[in-house]
Formats: sequence, structure tokens, C-alpha cells
Amino acid sequence: MLADIKKVVIDREKCKGCKLCTTVCPVSILTISEEINSHGYHPSEVTDQSDCISCGQCYRICPDVAITIYKED
Amino acid sequence: MQVVAKKPDSLTDKDFHYCPGCTHGIIHRLVAEVMDELDIREKTIGIAPVGCSVLAYEYFDCDMQEASHGRAPAVATGVKRVHPDKVVFTYQGDGDLASIGTAEIVHAANRGENITTIFVNNAIYGMTGGQMAPTTLLGQKTTTSPAGRKKDIAGSPIKISEMLAVLDGAAYIERVSVHDVKHIIKAKKAIKKAFKMQLEGKGFTMIEVLSTCPTNWGIEPVEALKWLEENMIPIYKPQVLKEAGEGE
Ligand SMILES: Cc1ncc(C[n+]2csc(CCOP(=O)(O)OP(=O)(O)O)c2C)c(N)n1
Ligand code: SF4
Ligand code: SF4
Ligand code: SF4
Repeated sequence: MLADIKKVVIDREKCKGCKLCTTVCPVSILTISEEINSHGYHPSEVTDQSDCISCGQCYRICPDVAITIYKED
Repeated sequence: MQVVAKKPDSLTDKDFHYCPGCTHGIIHRLVAEVMDELDIREKTIGIAPVGCSVLAYEYFDCDMQEASHGRAPAVATGVKRVHPDKVVFTYQGDGDLASIGTAEIVHAANRGENITTIFVNNAIYGMTGGQMAPTTLLGQKTTTSPAGRKKDIAGSPIKISEMLAVLDGAAYIERVSVHDVKHIIKAKKAIKKAFKMQLEGKGFTMIEVLSTCPTNWGIEPVEALKWLEENMIPIYKPQVLKEAGEGE
């Protein structure tokens, strides 16, 4: 099902909310969450998975290796 | 679904202790990706420094040895001479490498030790609370230069890569940066090249990586990348400073 396809997965416990990924996404789908993780950080979250082009830019700039990128076969 | 990018196998599952947005984490990942791609994890021995990256041995999933402050190149020399078939690298900050460890890095480079140094230059002492480093920029405010670094008192920022490039033993020296994705890709290429040259027995290789310290620079991580680009790049130009065999 299309709605279930996740192309960018952010580990909310590894994320420190530094915002670096939000500045590089060419389709602007990354944003900082209102929620707080167990370390007290506001993690980055994805607004619309279907817009992700699997470019890997967010993965490349993330200092905490919190992002995994997939693409459709 | 197919994986495009994920945590490299050469990193452990441990979360980095670095401050939010600190680019030490990006540099760790690049080194680990290179270990994966060259398939050398099982024969790599890393030497960790003193500084914020003192716990690097917790993060790299290869054999690791801690060194005392600044002495990583000396420890690496011993390790490599006993295990010439292993890949040996040091990971050092600018306080560690360019201050207390100046003698060790100069002589390891001059002897042409067949090791690779990852030199993380963030223009400050991070771990100890933001004191001036030899690499601190003129006018840069730190806890020990509250009015900004002044040349007549503290000299100019030391350009270690330029210094080491004049030594015969240095086989490859490049300065790179991680302030944007384009430069991160370039930085990885340089690190890969250095490790490859070590595998070919070419001698001493060092990659200087310009890095941020949002916490002690006193700015947000996103702003820190910009500060690096605008202030460090003009002084520390990313470039290949030495490639043995070229012009010799
Ligand atoms: C012999 C000795 N002298 C001084 C120190 C204090 N000290 C710890 S880390 C450090 C500097 C770290 O700066 P840098 O190498 O730039 O690494 P960063 O923390 O910025 O990554 C100093 C002076 C020490 N631990 N041991
Ligand atoms: S992979 Fe590219 S498009 Fe997808 S979230 Fe990351 S930066 Fe945005
Ligand atoms: S770059 Fe990484 S750590 Fe920073 S906000 Fe994005 S996912 Fe979180
Ligand atoms: S003090 Fe600076 S160098 Fe150390 S982890 Fe924090 S941001 Fe990174």
C-alpha cells in the first residue's frame, strides 16, 4: 500500500534535533517535532513520505547517523 | 524497498555523546563508510585522542587503542611497525594534534610512517570548555581570548597541513570540510584516498577536516556550518597540499 511506504526513517531516540537535515532537504519535508524524546530533544520528523526522492542528503549531513533512506525497487 | 543509505557496519550501535549538530559525528561516519567500502574493518586499528573524541573507541567497530594527549601518532607508529599488515589511523582534534602533540605529528610525518591521520580542526578546545587553540582564528573570541585572538600576543592560526606538506615523508595531505553536502562527499573521497594510499604502502597520509563546535562557538548548529564556511574557509582553504609523485 502506497501510504505505508516509508522512504526516510528517522530514529527519534538517536536524533538530537540539531536541524541540519531540515536545511538540506530539496523537497522540504523534514521538520522539528513538537514532541520530546527520552533525552529531552525535539526530534526531526517527516511531513510527507510520498514526496521523498531518496536523495540521501539528510543522511549525509546528519551528525548522529539517525537517518536511514530507502527507495522503491 | 531497497536501502539507499544506512549506518555503516564499521560504527557500533552506541549513540554518539557529541553535542547536537557537532560535526565530529559526520566525520566518524565518513571514516566508517570508507572502512566498509574498502572492506578493511577486520584489519584496521584506530588510535583515539584526548579531546571530545576521546571515546572514539566506543564508536568505531574495529580494534582501537587510546593514546595520551597528542601522542596518537607515536602510538600509531608503534602499532604499525609491529603490525605492518594492518591499517592504522589516528583521529585527533586540533588541540590534541596542533598543540600538545605538535612534535609527534611532525616527526611521524617526517619519518613517512605508513599511517593515516584524520585531523579534526574546529579552531577551539572543545572538551575543556572552549579555550583558544593554535588554530583559533585572529579575532575569534574564546574563554582564553575573550577580546578575540590577537596576533601580537598569540601569533596567527597555525596551518598544520601546509607545514607538514613540505616534509619528504608526507605522501598525501588534503584539507576538506563538512559544512555542506557537497563538501561532505569530497571529504569522504579524500579519506578513502588516504586509506588506499596506506594500503599501497605510500607513507604518511593526513586529511584535515574543518569541523564545527556549536557549543563553544556559542551558536546554533545550522549557524555554525555557516560560520565555518564564512570564517574558516578563507583562512584554511580546502585543497590538496601534497601528493607524492606530483612534481617530484
Ligand atoms: C596532558 C594533558 N594536558 C591537558 C589536558 C586537558 N585537555 C583535554 S582535551 C584538551 C583539548 C581538546 O581540544 P581538541 O583536541 O581541539 O579536541 P576537541 O575537544 O575540540 O574535539 C585539553 C587541553 C589533558 N587531558 N591532558
Ligand atoms: S532523502 Fe532527500 S528528499 Fe528524502 S527526506 Fe532526505 S533530503 Fe529529503
Ligand atoms: S540531522 Fe540528524 S540529529 Fe540533526 S535533526 Fe536531523 S535527524 Fe536529528
Ligand atoms: S564541545 Fe564542541 S567539539 Fe565537543 S562535542 Fe560539543 S560541539 Fe563537539
